[in-house]
Parts: sequence; C-alpha cells; structure tokens
Amino acid sequence: MTSSPNGSADQDRRPPPLVEPAEGLTNQEIRRYSRHLIIPDIAMDGQRRMKNAKVLCIGAGGLGSPVAMYLAAAGVGTLGLVDYDVVDETNLQRQIMHGQSDVGRKKLDSAEDSIKEINPFVNVIKHETFVTSENALDLFRGYDLIIDGSDNFPTRYLVNDACVLLGKPYVWGSIYRFDGQLSVFWAEHGPCYRCLFPEPPPPGMVPSCAEGGVLGMLCGTIGSLQTTEAVKLITGTGDPMIGRMLIYDALELKFRELKVRKDPECPVCGKNPTVTELIDYEAFCGVTPDVAEFASQVSLTPRELADLIDSGQDVTLIDVREPHEWEIVHFDDAKLIPVAEVIERASEIPQSGNVVVYCKVGARSAEVLRWLHSVGLTNTKHLAGGIDAWANQIDPSMPRY
Amino acid sequence: MSASVRIPTPLRSATGGVAEVTVDASTVREMVADLERQHPGIRDRICEESGEIRRFVNVFVGDEDIRFLQGLETQIPPDTQVSIIPAVAGGR
Repeated sequence: MTSSPNGSADQDRRPPPLVEPAEGLTNQEIRRYSRHLIIPDIAMDGQRRMKNAKVLCIGAGGLGSPVAMYLAAAGVGTLGLVDYDVVDETNLQRQIMHGQSDVGRKKLDSAEDSIKEINPFVNVIKHETFVTSENALDLFRGYDLIIDGSDNFPTRYLVNDACVLLGKPYVWGSIYRFDGQLSVFWAEHGPCYRCLFPEPPPPGMVPSCAEGGVLGMLCGTIGSLQTTEAVKLITGTGDPMIGRMLIYDALELKFRELKVRKDPECPVCGKNPTVTELIDYEAFCGVTPDVAEFASQVSLTPRELADLIDSGQDVTLIDVREPHEWEIVHFDDAKLIPVAEVIERASEIPQSGNVVVYCKVGARSAEVLRWLHSVGLTNTKHLAGGIDAWANQIDPSMPRY
Repeated sequence: MSASVRIPTPLRSATGGVAEVTVDASTVREMVADLERQHPGIRDRICEESGEIRRFVNVFVGDEDIRFLQGLETQIPPDTQVSIIPAVAGGR
C-alpha cells in the first residue's frame, strides 16, 4: 500500500479546466448567473467556461432529469441528450424533468421543454437513438464530457470504452433501491470503469431499477452529485472524484469513500490494451444470441399462455418474484417461490406437465428457467414479458407497476 | 479477531435484511467462511465455485480494493470495516 498506482494522486486528480472560457457574458447572463459569479472559485472565468462547455447526458430518465435540469440552470452552453424512450406514468415517481401532461411524449421533447423553461440560453441537442458501438465515437466526439444516466451494463461498458478511446472524462453514477454509487473515470488522469469492474455480472444476476425498484429521490442525490462533478471538471475547481468511488446508503444516511486503483493490466486503459476499438457489448455482457434463442424457445407469449389455459390443460404457474410484488398483483392459482428460494424449493416444481414460470417482465424468470433446464426440468417454460405483458395484452383489469 | 462487514442492498436477501455483519476473521478468506457459516448461501453470491471472488463483486478492506492487495489472503486489521460492493447499473 506504500506505492500508489495512480502516481502522484493529488496532482493527477486536479486536471486543468476542461473547457476554455467563452468570450464573455451578456448583461442578461451576468444577472442570471449572479450567485455563481460571486463565488470566487467560479466567478466570471468559471461561468464563461460553462458557457463554452458541451456536455452529453446518456438517458433522459432518473439520473438524466436532475443532471439535465441542474446543468441547464447552471448555464452549460450546449447540452446533448441521448434517449429513445417515451414518458410513461411509472417514470413520474422519480424522473422530475417530465410531468403528467408529458405522458406519451418522447422524453427528448419533454426534456427540451423543461430545459428551455429553466434556461432558454442553453443549446439543446436531441439524439434520438440507442448508443451503439457503431455511433458512440461520432456521437461523443463533439462533447467535452459524458455523463452516464443509462440503466444497463452493456451501455455502461460501451460508454466507458468510448470515453477512454477518445480521452474524455466519464461522470458515472449508478442507483439501486436505496444505494447510490458515484465516480469520475478519466483514463488520462486515473482509472476507468473497467479498472473497477473488470467484468459485468451475468445477465439477470443484478436486477435493474425496473425489476428491483429505486427510491425516487436517490436520483436527485446521485444526479446532482454527478452534475457537481461535471461543473468542477469544466471549471477546474476543487478535487474531482477521479480514483475514488462514493457509496451512498440512503437508509442509514451514510456516505463512504473507497479508492479506485488504475489497473495496469486493464484491457482498455492499461499498459498493453487489448480493446483498441469498440466491441460487441451485448456479447461482452453475456446477452448472447444463444441465450436469446434459448429464451425464445422456452417462452410463451401471453396469448399462447391464455390459449393453453383456455384449452383446459393443467398449467402450474410459478411466481419467482418477491412477496411484496406478489402482494401488488399475482395469478390466483400461482405458487410463490422467490428467485432466491428456487434452488432449495425445486422439489415443489412438477417434473412433468405444463409448468410456466413468471416474474414482472421476464428477465428473472428467464434466468430461473436456464437453471431449471440445467437440472433437467425441461418441461418448464416462462411467460415472455412477465405478468406486466399479461396485464397489458390479456387482462387490463390487473394493476401494472 | 472480529471485523464488521457492510452488506450491500442486493445481498441483504441472503442476510435476512441485515446491513452489517460482525465476523470472526483475520483474512478475507476467513471472512467469507464466517459469513457463510452465519448466513448459509451468501458465499455463492460473492464467490465463484472455485472460491475466488466473483469478478463483478469488489471487496474493500478499509478503503482499499483487495484485488490490488493480496486478494482472499488480504489481512483485515483490527477495527477495519470490510465493504462488499457489487456492480449495479440502474439509472433510469
């Protein structure tokens, strides 16, 4: 522990301001940004740098909402947003950039309206697309800094690798239930995301917010910290979270800080990188065609399940969600075996006949199914899209969550 | 020697909801064994079948990642907190 792989950490953690200052501020801008201008560490110089800054935010959802709104209010000159989604009611508990009247609209359009209402001086650039290995480098090249508010591992590895290849800072935040994580990855000055997490978890092992839930205001906590880090990098103020990770536990209100070491063997930012161009991140994260094909072979669509039940055949339904989800909605004659109990309670699952496993949207049940088939329960299938798809397509009287 | 281990939310289903577990251990390997003794099943969530820590789970002794120390053989000094940090990707 005596030598630091980060070298002279203090120096490395204080990179120079990321952005050159804009020529000047108009009188209107001076009035608007007054409370920044009178902080000596920001002042005219810092505010002019923000005016010149081009920031790209991946996702206009939970983290993207506070990030985009605070960046806009702070006077970031150009704000790019990448999203392809439409606002729905389940978003409104946390995605405060969107409101009731935005349900059904593209998130990008709703976001643009919110941003323009906060600060009409911001140039909003809407990228209605998925970030892919094909478009990421071109997409990122025009921006000074990337903020990640995405919700899946393939995108996070992709964004990291693209940032390393382009030499850009990557402000990373992640949320789940009551937990938040935050760091700044910038390979030229410290570690990258892969130095911290060399490999993604297998698909289905770590639930997403849609499957596991997230406390709405956690987005505000982590998103506004991400924005703070972005502003510090742009203006060259303070000590950014490079080489450090913040762990936030909302339940106990505890912040902890851990060191993130630069891995000399890192495949993308190490001494002898093996990843020198963007790869197939779905495959890297285990979302392989094999798994997809397996899942499709053993899936029933809601319609197929309805037909099977209507045909009068015996169907055993196994619910692999958690008891608090069961409480919200379940099939009347289903049996509850939460994912964590499947292995020890496998003897309760019939070895012949029609057995259909379901969860909320089909991700957990697909994982359970792989295991069931691996131990010979090849009579099991799962409900594609989960009980949510059933409620959407077959039984609209069921609540959706 | 006893050490306290912070259990992250995704793993608390294996500890009956407990956020912090006190273990009798002087190395990370002993810590995993004692965690498993107290909460059977948790080892599989942290370790591969080979016994190595899973690549998407990080274990920190104090504020240092054991991958950059001695891995499972890393000593846990007295009164040091151990944190288990799994990768999470939520953001929307």
